[in-house]
Amino acid sequence: MSEIHMLTMPKWGLSMKEGKVNEWLKGVGDPIEVGEEIVEVESEKIAGAVEASVAGVLRRQTASDEDVLPVGGLLGVVADAEVADADIDAAVEAFLASFVPPSDDDEDSGPTPEKIEVAGRRIRFLKQGDGGEPLILVHGFGGDLNNWLFNQEALSSKRAVYALDLPGHGESSKDVGEGTLESLADTLLAFMDTVGIDSAHLAGHSMGGAVCLQLAAKAPARVGSLVLICSAGLGEEINGAYIDGFVAAQDRRSLKPLLAELFADTSLVTRQLVDDMLKYKRLEGVGTALDKLAGTMFADGRQQTLLTGVPQGLGKPVLVIWGEQDRIIPASHAPEAAGLVRVEVLAGQGHMAQMEAAGDINRLIEGFLE
Amino acid sequence: MARKITYQQAINEALDQEMARDQTVIVMGEDNAGGAGSPGEDDAWGGVLGVTKGLFHKHPGRVLDTPISESGFIGAAVGAACNGMRPVAELMFVDFMGVCFDQIFNQAAKFKYMFGGKAETPVVIRTMYGAGFRAAAQHSQCLYNIFTHIPGLKVVVPSNPYDAKGLLIQSIRDNDPVIFMEHKVLYTMEGEVPEEVYTVPFGEAAVVREGDDVTIVAIGRMVSFAQEAAASLQKKGIHCEIIDPRTTSPLDEDTILESVENTGRLVVVDESNPRCSMASDIAGLVAQKAFGALKAPIEQVTAPHVPVPFTDALEDLYIPNAAAIEAAVTRVKEYR
Repeated sequence: MSEIHMLTMPKWGLSMKEGKVNEWLKGVGDPIEVGEEIVEVESEKIAGAVEASVAGVLRRQTASDEDVLPVGGLLGVVADAEVADADIDAAVEAFLASFVPPSDDDEDSGPTPEKIEVAGRRIRFLKQGDGGEPLILVHGFGGDLNNWLFNQEALSSKRAVYALDLPGHGESSKDVGEGTLESLADTLLAFMDTVGIDSAHLAGHSMGGAVCLQLAAKAPARVGSLVLICSAGLGEEINGAYIDGFVAAQDRRSLKPLLAELFADTSLVTRQLVDDMLKYKRLEGVGTALDKLAGTMFADGRQQTLLTGVPQGLGKPVLVIWGEQDRIIPASHAPEAAGLVRVEVLAGQGHMAQMEAAGDINRLIEGFLE
Repeated sequence: MARKITYQQAINEALDQEMARDQTVIVMGEDNAGGAGSPGEDDAWGGVLGVTKGLFHKHPGRVLDTPISESGFIGAAVGAACNGMRPVAELMFVDFMGVCFDQIFNQAAKFKYMFGGKAETPVVIRTMYGAGFRAAAQHSQCLYNIFTHIPGLKVVVPSNPYDAKGLLIQSIRDNDPVIFMEHKVLYTMEGEVPEEVYTVPFGEAAVVREGDDVTIVAIGRMVSFAQEAAASLQKKGIHCEIIDPRTTSPLDEDTILESVENTGRLVVVDESNPRCSMASDIAGLVAQKAFGALKAPIEQVTAPHVPVPFTDALEDLYIPNAAAIEAAVTRVKEYR
């Protein structure tokens, strides 16, 4: 490619207005492959890497470590080695001259989550993209639709992608009914009915994976394929100390070390991440909801519902992804790859692989759905 | 993302949701309805700045206008609290505490202790404080330190809309007398606030920003000034940790001490006058309990020891600001 590619501050989540440059992972002059991590940046909510969408050479670092840039602001330039320096300088100048940082008034632009009634409960969801066979993203225990912050938009170029808050989570109703896998799967099915989805690809993380498995077992005709990330439901083991601790934690001090268990790189557990989780836990009804879900699904430190036969028995394509260093549910739960079941174990990754290895996981899912 | 509302709306919503949940919650104060029972429009005011507006019609009979007699209606609220109600009384400006202080410090604060722990007084006194409103010496003071001095009172000083809602709900549910301090300049501040009910516990400071160089403890409106200063200092390579105690009684000593153990440097920012202030209190705490960690003298950024001036120019000089905080942080950072 001979074009000049502007590397800009990404927008991770609706509230992100600016981001800080944590560290350049590539130097000026380094060759860049598609998908390589070039620079680590941090929003007030989360840190992550900006990946190359084109191949070339990193020609400029226009922002330095610790710089704070608005969303869309210029981080650097990737171009082929043959492109003249003068052309790059001209492109940078033109970019800076025309760049208008997003103002506070732009807040309403872009997709925003909606809330609908699903079988008597308020359910919040975010839809991005259009057409194709839709993909539905289902978060895990204690999570919400923001767990897919680094995935949803990337996966929505060819299809509609929905991410929802399960009952008891995020901004959905805190009434979890019986608090069983069946009741959550029924809600997911009712959600599909309500928004008018006949059949969808389902991607579930952790407990959300078990919800997808349960739905697939009950209504296979509604499922195009399954993506299971560090999924529950595939073995008895689970980190009971994490589950119990997470349900009981009432303050920053007790919550922070628990959240660190979720990540391979524990520096991702920022103050803001812990505060946001505390804010969720302090909503009325959340304590009861989590207690009930944990009591029915993960009592005595083991998974109570096993759906190990579903991936092979479903007769649909299934992609199983696991972080090799998952400290919540062991990667040994991944089924044998055979027939329609494909298995990818990611070295160096933990339980929140879809956030920590977003680029890899997005490529795996995108390739799988093709 | 949660929706954004103002500090004032957050307080109104907390009152509304708790009144809906618990029939014993009542709201009372000067013009809290405004016009009720007199010719003209009911619910015309909602308090002098409209904080309780809209509650009168939603909760019939439970939003009470009171005479301009703080001693009388604060006493009535304390008495009602002793008899099973959960009153939220509005003392319009904290500057008027003098006329009803007996009801607060010598009655409400003492009952639990005088009656063998058997008496509970779940009253909340909401009150406006702070300079910057061009309201002169008698309507601008910052007096949370005086309440903080009294055992038996809990003192809450929210710095943002999220905390205002969660702390007010916690205040209403608490079984002890709570003084809830609302900075009038913060009423228009917007922030993300969940629509759902939630509480923020007392005695848990918020770490507003993390940093390893200097600890800034800031209270109420001063938190946003500290953030402004910290953002500017970051560009100069100085990383501040900002701690917002959120409640001055109980005070989260651990979070402050842990931070100073890490940074070794402390700046306390308090809008009060300097003598016997939260600034001097926290400085004393750290000097005693984290002396070994200190690498520089503790700085206190406060108002001067004078009444709040009437003149705009002087009032602006009176209020601690981001530049003063930045200068204090720089001094402790450069101290050798």
